[in-house]
Parts: sequence; C-alpha cells; structure tokens
Amino acid sequence: MFHLSRKDQIKLAIFALVVVTMPIWLAPLGAAYPGLMQKFAIYAIFAIGFNILFGLTGYLSFGHAAFLGVGSYTAVWSFKLLTMDIVPALIFSTLLAGVFALVIGFFSLRRTGIYFSILTLAFAQMCYSLAYSVLTPITNGETGLLLARNDPRVIDEALGAGTVGGAGLPTPALLGNTVSGYFGFYICAALLILAFFISQKIFASPFGLALRGIKSNQTRMIYTGFNIRPYMLAAFVISGMFAGLAGGLLSVTDPIAGAERMRWTESGNIVLMTILGGVGTLIGPVIGAWVIEYFENIFSAINKNMLNAAFDFLPDGVQNLAVTVLSKFVGEGWHLTLGLLFVLIVVFLPGGLVEGYLKLVARFRRGRGTKPEAGGK
Amino acid sequence: MSVTSENAAAGNAANGKNIVLHAADVIKNFGGLRALSDIDLQIEEGKTHAIIGPNGAGKSTLLNVIIGRIAPTSGAVVFDGTVLTGKAPHEINQLGISRVFQTPEIFADLSVLHNVMAPAFARRDGSFRLNMFRTTAREAAIREEAESLLNDFGMWDRRDDHSGALSRGDKRRLELCMCLIQHPRLLLLDEPTAGMSRHDTNTTIELLKKIKLRGMTKVIIEHDMHVVFSLADKISVLAQGRIIASGLPQDIKEDPRVQEAYLGGAAE
Ligand SMILES: Nc1ncnc2c1ncn2[C@@H]1O[C@H](COP(=O)(O)OP(=O)(O)OP(=O)(O)O)[C@@H](O)[C@H]1O
Ligand SMILES: [Mg+2]
Repeated sequence: MFHLSRKDQIKLAIFALVVVTMPIWLAPLGAAYPGLMQKFAIYAIFAIGFNILFGLTGYLSFGHAAFLGVGSYTAVWSFKLLTMDIVPALIFSTLLAGVFALVIGFFSLRRTGIYFSILTLAFAQMCYSLAYSVLTPITNGETGLLLARNDPRVIDEALGAGTVGGAGLPTPALLGNTVSGYFGFYICAALLILAFFISQKIFASPFGLALRGIKSNQTRMIYTGFNIRPYMLAAFVISGMFAGLAGGLLSVTDPIAGAERMRWTESGNIVLMTILGGVGTLIGPVIGAWVIEYFENIFSAINKNMLNAAFDFLPDGVQNLAVTVLSKFVGEGWHLTLGLLFVLIVVFLPGGLVEGYLKLVARFRRGRGTKPEAGGK
Repeated sequence: MSVTSENAAAGNAANGKNIVLHAADVIKNFGGLRALSDIDLQIEEGKTHAIIGPNGAGKSTLLNVIIGRIAPTSGAVVFDGTVLTGKAPHEINQLGISRVFQTPEIFADLSVLHNVMAPAFARRDGSFRLNMFRTTAREAAIREEAESLLNDFGMWDRRDDHSGALSRGDKRRLELCMCLIQHPRLLLLDEPTAGMSRHDTNTTIELLKKIKLRGMTKVIIEHDMHVVFSLADKISVLAQGRIIASGLPQDIKEDPRVQEAYLGGAAE
C-alpha cells in the first residue's frame, strides 16, 4: 500500500524538501510570503489531480473549475454549519466534489475527444450560472459565501468550544490552532506532498497502467478485456476529488467562496498549467502551476518605475526604449508574456518544461562525451 | 462442406467432436455490399482452423463479427454455449477469446513489457479493478510470465523499449504475446506473419505449434500457404463472403473450386 520504487522514493524525498523549503528559495524571487505560497501549494494539488485524468488517459476536461468551486463552497458551509475545524471541511469538500464528478463524468464520458471537452465545459458553465444566480440561497450569488458571527456551527456549539478568533469573525482552525500564515502554508504543503505521493502510487499501479492503455490504444484495451467506462469514470472522480480538496483549501486559507472560482477561465488555467509543465509527467503539472501562479502574482506587480530603476545603467534614450517595450510585457501585460511563453513551449517543447529540462540534461551529457541516457523520468 | 450438419448448432456434435465456436447463418451487409452471406462455421476444440481466401473475401469481417466489433445483419455466434452476438467486446474477451489484428493493435506509448503485462491484468482482475495502491512492478507472477513469453519470442532484451518503435514484424509478435498471456480458449489470428522475415515466420510457426500442443483452439487467417499448411488441421475457403469449401488440408488443396477461386489465381 505504501510501497514506492527506489526511484520514486528519491523523487518524493526531493519533492518534499523543495516544498518545505519554499520560504527559503522563493525569497530571492520575491514570492516568499505565506498567502502566495499557499496558492502555490493549492494549485499544485489541483494540477496533480487534473494530470491524473488528462495526463494518464488523455481526456481533456474543460470543466474542472466546477469541482474547485464545489470544494470551496462546501468548506465554507462546513465552517458555517458544523465547526471551524478544517478537517471536516476538507473531507466534505473532497467528497462532495467527488459526487459532482461522478454525475458530470457519467454523462460527459459518453463522448470522447472534443465532444467530451465541450460537455465538461457545458456542465461547468451550468454550475457557474447556478452558483451565480439560481442557487443564491446556497452560494450567496455575486457577493460570495461569507462567514458570519451568528452561524450555527453545531459541533463547536455542542463541544462548547469558544469561537476561535475572539471578537471578530471566526477563523478556520486545526484542533484549536488558528490556521493562518505559515501554519496555513505548511498544512497546504503537507497535503501537496500527500497528493504527490498518491499520484506516484497511481502512476505505478496496474490501474494507472490501464489508464495509460486507454490513452494509447482504446481498441486494444477493449479487445483485451478491459471495460473502459468505469476506468475513465474512476479517473475522472479521483481528479475531481483533488480539485475539491484544492477548492476546500482555498476556503481554509481564505474563508470566502465565490462563483468566479467556477468560471471557464479557471478551467482553462489548469489546462495551461498542466501543458506548460508537462502533461503526463509526475512533476510537470506542479511546475506549471508554480510558473503560472508566479506570473499572475509577481510578474503582474512589476511596474514602469521598477523597470526604470533596473535599466538605470543604460543611456537615457536606450533606457526609455527598453522600458517602453518591456513595460508592455509586465504589470497588466503579464498575460501577454505568459501567452508568448505558452506558444513557444507548445511549438518547441510539446512535452512542456519537463521535456525541456530532459533535453538539456541529455545535451549536457552528450557534450561531456558520456552516453546519452533515455531521460531521467 | 461435407460433414457439417444442421443440428450441430447446440455445440456438441453427435460424432464426439467438441465444437467450441459456431457461427450460424451469419450475414453482414455494408450498405449494398454483402460482405458475409450465410456463413456457417464450426470450430473444433483444440484444433487450428485456417480461413483462406482472396483479398476482400470477408475474412477479417468474420473475425470482427466474432469479437463483437461489428454486429451481424443477421445470424448469431455461439461460443461454448454462450451467445456472443450483442455482447460488449470486453465481455467477449473475458469469456476467453483473444485476437491478433491484421494491423497490429498495441500500446505504442508503453514499453514492450507493459504491453504484455496489461492484458494479463485484464485476465486476472476482470474488466475493471480499482487497484491504484498496488505496484505494477511488484506483480511478480505476471511480470515473470510476461518476460518468459517475450523470451520465447526473442524480444526479452527489448522489454524496456518503446513499443511504438518496433518493426512491423516485431509489433505482430508483441501482439501475439499480448494475446497469449491471456491464455485464451480461442485465439484468433488475422495474418499473424504478414510483414515478418522468413526466419521470423518460421519461428512464429514453431511457437504456434507449441501452443497447439497446449490445446489452445486457433482460427488463423493467412495468405502464406506455407504457414497455412504447416499449421492447419482444417481449412475453410472464403470467397466473396461465402464459404466455398471446408475440409482437411489435402482435400482443400485438390478441390477444383478452390484452385479456381484462390489457389490457382493468387500467386502470392
Ligand atoms: N467497416 C466496413 N465498412 C464498409 N465496408 C467494409 C467494412 N469492413 C470491410 N468492408 C468491406 O467488406 C469486404 C470484406 O472485407 P474484409 O476486410 O473482411 O476482407 P478480407 O478477407 O479480410 O481481405 P484482406 O485479405 O485484404 O484482409 C471488403 O469489400 C471491404 O471493403
Ligand atoms: Mg483482412
């Protein structure tokens, strides 16, 4: 059950180390604050789950934001109705997202290819519209679902546990300890490492082999005695549950749930992350998630003054030119940079950043005259 | 077509022969084209039954009907007392029928070893099993059997290669391994040696003969008469969707209708 190959053990150890030391290595990059690092971890979980579907089976879902949204709302409701403790909140987020994935997957998986993608997109847009308008009593529509001082919180009430957070709004807690800042980040980090481990297990299992078989040759799968439907549905539900967990964590670190988390742009985002990093690889989606989150939060904050300062050493005219050109690509223009990066990667490195890395390693080895190996993965 | 009697449909013929597969009055129309007409084919347990015939005769179509890839326009296929017609392809495979396709169907993105292991899981675990916390590499029994099969077929040292990079002949042999690891009761082979060198063809014939010793029933479609006459216990000749002759190899060789329709004309 917990067995990993030697190679996977090493990968897991390195991965855990990288995640835990984020506050150190992100500092020089200007991103070492807890709020952002939490997002790094949360979106990495989302991407790992998405990759179990898209990477292993090749089925491209354009509606995974729905599960992220369901997870967020569920966690906030768990805070409101039951307890401010995050354990039930995260469990319910994951489970309810799984139920949604079961229903949406059941119908969407009746089709393959582009029709499957369109169906998932349609379902997610339905969820978004429902959350935004019809289901206002549950989702609080445009405003978003918020905590309130007078929420019932029956479990907390029954246990007589005073509301954590004192006079203001209650805050999420783990066994009585307020979840915020670095503590919040380390909870997300621990779950990210767990998610990575589960993904390793699935990749190395006969179940994972069957999913890859589906991606590789459905005809062979069917005439070899596999029933593809339940395999696909299981993969879809598992990846939906990862998304639900990520959504729950978004609410744990910031207890507001809004419909915008279900928008198609969120669904598109996760696709970009996975492709950017490397579809079907263990680590690729995580890297993709980090790069995109970094762009969205740090790159977008660079402004003209910062550029001016950076290019101070250049002669005036050149400095002006450089700043004018570059300023189109930073700040508001970060989408432009990301778009360019994405195009370059898809055209030149269809296997994403991970493929780029493997190519570099191979070239480096060849350069030193040693025998090129078939990539580290 | 001499011995086949109408009432053998139930499976066990009166004369002690055990009929494992019976295609009864199968007709298949593709639009206006009648690809199969009134096919009545009985396959005896433990025997190798060759189906020969010119291109476009309907040989592959017949196999497609058996494995549930296409539904017959009318008629039925019975396997060991179970009606296959209307069943899903994976159910038919689970009953014990595996097929090597005319164009190799392998998992081109997976390693050679994984290609052979995957069908073994389908065989052992059934058509679905959520075994996501087991480790493929630690399934020792399946792994060993896959490796020994690859060894028999001279592909053991290629086990970690990407199977998409194999030659056409090797893909065929790989596909054969994928079917054999399932220990099917009935193995369907659609031109298993096409694209192989003479040497590889002979090795494959030897291996297929060994399978025969193990009592596996086989249906083999072949253009290569050397292969057919080395393996077949019985031959049926298909031309324009009809079985024009059926019998022992030497009878078929001498049948004038067969020579006219196939053996004489086709110099392949
Ligand atoms: N799916 C299909 N749709 C329409 N026509 C088909 C289909 N499959 C086969 N046919 C036609 O049915 C006839 C029989 O084809 P089939 O593939 O069974 O021949 P075959 O005996 O296997 O020939 P070969 O030796 O070339 O493999 C051909 O005329 C073919 O064009
Ligand atoms: Mg054919």
